[in-house]
Amino acid sequence: MTISKDKIKIEGLTGDSAIAHALRQANLDVLAAYPITPQTIIVEDYQRFAADGEINAAVIPVESEHSAMSACVGASAVGGRVATASASAGLALMWEILYVAASMRMPIVFTVANRALSGPINIHNDHSDGMGMRDSGFIQLYCQSCQEAYDTTLMAFRLAEHHDILLPVMVGIDGFILSHNVERVEMLPDDEVEKFVGVRAPVDPLDPNNPLTMGPLALTDYYFEFKEQQDRAINRVPKVYKEVEAEFEKITGRKYGQFETYKTEDADIIIIAMSTMGGTAKVVADVLREKGEKVGVIRLKMFRPFPAEGIAKAVGNAKAVAIFEKAMSFGAAAHPLAMEVRTALYESKERPMILDFVVGLGGRDVPPTTFVEGIEKTKEYLKAGKAPKYETLGVRK
Amino acid sequence: MMVATKDMPLKEYVLKGNAACAGCQDMVALRHAHKALEGDVIQVVPACCTSVVQSLWPKSGLAIPVLNTAFPAAAATASGVRAALKAKGNDHTMVMVWAGDGGTFDIGLQALSGALERRTDFLYICYNNQVYSNTGTQRSSATPLHAKTTTTWFGKAETEKMLDLIVAAHEPVYQFTANTSYPRDFYDKIMKAKEHPGPKFGHIFLPCPQAWNYPVEKGVEIGKLAVETGYWIQWERIGEEFILGRQSKRFLDPEKRKPIDEYLKMQGRFSHLYKPTRDDKKIAEIEAFIQHRWDVVMRTFT
Repeated sequence: MTISKDKIKIEGLTGDSAIAHALRQANLDVLAAYPITPQTIIVEDYQRFAADGEINAAVIPVESEHSAMSACVGASAVGGRVATASASAGLALMWEILYVAASMRMPIVFTVANRALSGPINIHNDHSDGMGMRDSGFIQLYCQSCQEAYDTTLMAFRLAEHHDILLPVMVGIDGFILSHNVERVEMLPDDEVEKFVGVRAPVDPLDPNNPLTMGPLALTDYYFEFKEQQDRAINRVPKVYKEVEAEFEKITGRKYGQFETYKTEDADIIIIAMSTMGGTAKVVADVLREKGEKVGVIRLKMFRPFPAEGIAKAVGNAKAVAIFEKAMSFGAAAHPLAMEVRTALYESKERPMILDFVVGLGGRDVPPTTFVEGIEKTKEYLKAGKAPKYETLGVRK
Repeated sequence: MMVATKDMPLKEYVLKGNAACAGCQDMVALRHAHKALEGDVIQVVPACCTSVVQSLWPKSGLAIPVLNTAFPAAAATASGVRAALKAKGNDHTMVMVWAGDGGTFDIGLQALSGALERRTDFLYICYNNQVYSNTGTQRSSATPLHAKTTTTWFGKAETEKMLDLIVAAHEPVYQFTANTSYPRDFYDKIMKAKEHPGPKFGHIFLPCPQAWNYPVEKGVEIGKLAVETGYWIQWERIGEEFILGRQSKRFLDPEKRKPIDEYLKMQGRFSHLYKPTRDDKKIAEIEAFIQHRWDVVMRTFT
């Protein structure tokens, strides 16, 4: 039964505020964070809830992001429900502890307002920070709207704390584009959220009555076995995510899937993009379809674990896949998203042409015209039967 | 009245078969700390000798819950442990960091400062063997003047960082120095730490036979000489109240101190100061630093 409309609170919220509300309702034990633009509003709003006595959580105003993630590990190890928020350089400073958190199987929810990495210094959106941590062992979910940021943050706790998973989850929103833009957000009543997220039931927390060692030294003889278990855990995510989302859909009527498909069924060219670019891409697809061009969109939400089989199936018999991504892997065989997609499609019977367009670095706007330019190029390349390995669009050359 | 050895709990929390080196004074310190805490503790350990000694999977070397974490992360991790315990209604369990000098003086200093400033209710123990022992004895900012390490082949050119003053500037509720050659004194200080909610800091002088290059049975002797030559000062600070330790009191007067040679000569890391002949200039520099530390400590705290 979806919750009746009169119980839903509708507000205009920024992406950051939407996440702050989700964290308020999720009944955290501990939130530890350090300020960095454009994530700051999440913690500011959360601290306001604390000041107003709306939450019971301990907020630890740590002196660095390294300490933020470390405090989260400590709190999670005792069995607490824990969250933090960061972006860009802050996320980079956490890097060491991201691996610790994931390998110690700490179900921390990590909300990120995705932002470029220095240098040059830049506070605006791209996905360099998220892509930089893609091998850390975190589950990664990228959101297209403020509503999705709210919904995903709530679902993230269920996913992270599920006993078949026990892994940290990154919830990404595009810095400024979503973090600071006001959208209509439907909020669930507190008691319904409480029912949905429940109380964390920790497996073997640190407890003086039942001593155990966490984060031990495991060398050539055991380290690999830990990694084997971690690998199995992240591969169980799709199944659990589906269950959690089904439950969420029951109360809200909303679901997102690991990725969203838009007019892909008969498409000749499929755009693959993440986060807010998904919205732009869908509008572009609509306009191009009016002109008789069969364009569809896959908006990827779950980057880790990467839904390779699903993507291959959704691409189907399209002639070309045009990837638009906001990160570079300097010197790589392909940039991060294209690397995944190319690998996912390698075993397809009829491989489509794959185009990799790097766009929007450092917050450079990605307007519909950038997508149209990419599509026009794609058509040229299809005609010519060959394409460059990748291209940057929207940059002075 | 100092605790009598026979009155300490019999239960051992430092288990047999751990991976410590022969003569490791860290085990002496851990043993007495845990006897005082009697198991109601969660211990956070950053990268250091202790992490290797007690956590080599699949064995556990301590009969208490331990959270091993990254080198710079100990104090922040402890903040999280404390916050979650509080959220769960536990206000009795001691949260104790057990970190080496590298993880405290150097890479862990920022997190320590943050945790102290946030008035975290925890006990941070820095066991100071004055060198990165675990990685093969490289210099740290706790390494004393003229000591040889694998990265200071002719002796360190700089004096050690006076960490206690940095910590004192954060005004912990309780701060002390200790020395594994005086285990009853150390035990009492841990007992005292239990009585003071808020940030607490203990700095333990801890000879290391591997890095300091002395016979394994000489650790206690060297620790005592550190006090008797005035090199190491035993003191406590409860809030604003400074107490010069009874072992150190008589060595406030430089005349009463044993010659520093007795302390230096026992350690291979200072052997170059005596070969081929006594290096009077460098040894005078060490003596000058010792007096300087006394002056600074007494001037600052009394």
